[in-house]
Amino acid sequence: MSVLEIENLKVNIDDKEILNGLSLTLPKGEVHAIMGPNGTGKSTLAKALAGHENYEITGGSATMNGEDILALEIDEIARAGLFLAFQYPVEIPGVSIANFIRAALNSRQEEDIDAVAYYKSLYAEMENLGIDRKFTSRSVNEGFSGGEKKRCEILQMAMLKPEFCILDETDSGLDVDALKVVAEGVNQMRGEERGILVITHYQRLLNYIVPDKVHIMMDGRIVKSGDKSLALEVEERGYDWIKEEIAAGV
Amino acid sequence: MITAQSDSEFLSEVVFDHFLARHSELPDWLVKQKQASWTEYLALPAPNRKMETWRFANVKGLGVEGFRLAPSLSEEDSQSLIENSQNVKETSGKLVFGNDDLVAEEALSEELSAKGVIFEPLERAFAKHPEILEEFFMAQESALGSEKFAAFHTALNRNGTLLFVPANVEIELPLVSYHWANGGESAVFPHTLVIAKDNSKVTFVDIYGSSDKESAQLACGVSTLYAGPGANVEYHYVQNWNEASLSFNRLTTVAERDSNITAYGLNLGSKHARNEGHTVIEGAGSNAEILSLTVAHKEQEIDQRTLQSHNAPNSRSNLLFKNALQDTSKTIFSGLIKVAEEAQLTDAYQTNRNLLLSPTAEANSLPGLEILANDVKCSHGATTGQIDDNELFYLLARGIDKPTAQKLLVFGFFEEILEKINNEELANYHRELVHQKFEIA
Repeated sequence: MSVLEIENLKVNIDDKEILNGLSLTLPKGEVHAIMGPNGTGKSTLAKALAGHENYEITGGSATMNGEDILALEIDEIARAGLFLAFQYPVEIPGVSIANFIRAALNSRQEEDIDAVAYYKSLYAEMENLGIDRKFTSRSVNEGFSGGEKKRCEILQMAMLKPEFCILDETDSGLDVDALKVVAEGVNQMRGEERGILVITHYQRLLNYIVPDKVHIMMDGRIVKSGDKSLALEVEERGYDWIKEEIAAGV
Repeated sequence: MITAQSDSEFLSEVVFDHFLARHSELPDWLVKQKQASWTEYLALPAPNRKMETWRFANVKGLGVEGFRLAPSLSEEDSQSLIENSQNVKETSGKLVFGNDDLVAEEALSEELSAKGVIFEPLERAFAKHPEILEEFFMAQESALGSEKFAAFHTALNRNGTLLFVPANVEIELPLVSYHWANGGESAVFPHTLVIAKDNSKVTFVDIYGSSDKESAQLACGVSTLYAGPGANVEYHYVQNWNEASLSFNRLTTVAERDSNITAYGLNLGSKHARNEGHTVIEGAGSNAEILSLTVAHKEQEIDQRTLQSHNAPNSRSNLLFKNALQDTSKTIFSGLIKVAEEAQLTDAYQTNRNLLLSPTAEANSLPGLEILANDVKCSHGATTGQIDDNELFYLLARGIDKPTAQKLLVFGFFEEILEKINNEELANYHRELVHQKFEIA
């Protein structure tokens, strides 16, 4: 049951249906990519799974290791093991990165984490991601560049060690160097104990984070799945041929 | 008759004669000043809702008749206040006042005294340093509505702090005064006068508190800071009177050429607090940071009025007042930046941010600008809002439970002020007080 299982998921925003029957199975140990044109509901999927209140679930199911996550509160979903790397990480004035991640870790255990051990692991992960130590006392995301924000997301992911990760457009706003660092951080987290879902608009990211499976999303659901070559084909031919395939009932 | 005697201590029209009789030690020049102030006090109208400077304030609750001149403290009470006056440990000097009497003192080092630094309670300074006090004691006018209370203070004040720092003297560790009100109905009149001469450097802290949580007390204080040319003055005040009390405070800060002034206010206490802060830029090239943090709960009313007067060119003042409100508390912020015609190249900013943590809390904001010079950068802004949904979602999405997430965000709101305090001990003291107040609520 080590799987994130989404079946026939339907989600509305302001009474408008954005996801209309999306199904996806992400087993632990695999990296899947979702690609699709703008406005097709990719970020809606990410936010809805994370439990955002503005996203109304009107049908279907989503389970993580067999547990119904649609019935859980936002913080409960996170503690159950789902991590969302935000497309637009939020600035939190006055809350330092160190205090923020520590609060997140403490929320997952009975006893507060030992301060020395905590800083040791935090510094190690920061070094790994090329984040300067002075960032520990900086307010979360405040005044960060695009690349710094995304690295900070991956830092949180590395510290929280979630079972399933959704990376929502993690490549947006990054130059190639920043992209490589972020991708390297994600690659280090690949493994049997984790499933990773990469949502992206561009194939570029998938050169660095090579997926086991690629899903094409259109109009609120997955319309085609394949291996990594599907991403290359989309890169070369765009999405129109897939639309035509669907129209032709292939 | 005992009752008659104690009645005469209440703050009625006749209390002043009683006060003078009780304090025959006061010098003649001061008595004259006090007599004039008492006459002025009686003549001036009480605040009413038609006065622009008292707009939004609950003026009905400002009567002083129920309070009396604070009685002298028992030995036991003094000891307990002294024990509670340990919040800042690393100091260059400390004064502890209880009901306007000096109850403890940690004098300056011989080195600082030899350099000419004066750190004295006013009860001694009035006699010892008349040349300073005759010139500087209550020399500034009220500009924000507190004329009556300033006159009241002048008449009935008898103690407080005189801190004089001669030219080119730098004092590293802060000097601290504790002002305690003890017992029910007690009225205290704390005073602070800081004079920092040319190129000197000093940090001074006023801490105001009550000996118990329930006794209604009245505090009517005046503080004045003079930063001479090139001087560097940092001032902290912690308003932590108990929540049954009524408090007034007028702070005037005068910045001369090339001086640097930073003032941090922390407002936690009082049932009803009225603070007026007037920053007077008198010299070119000066810089003033004016910061305040208020945490209000229950039925507290915290009323703050500020004025940044730019009378000289090429100076900067930056005001940031942050208020967090719970329950049915109420805050008023009224701020004005006034730039005189000759104050060209002024940079003046004023920001008021209110965080409403309860649907029944009320934050009033009245920002204003009055600019007569034509080459200036000025801005004012006020925001009032609740905890940001996006910020909350981000924290929740990391697994942090809602109460903890809300607390982190509120502390983050406070931190914008607290993180600017360079002295770590003072920063942590302020932080602890703010967190304590928030936890209790």
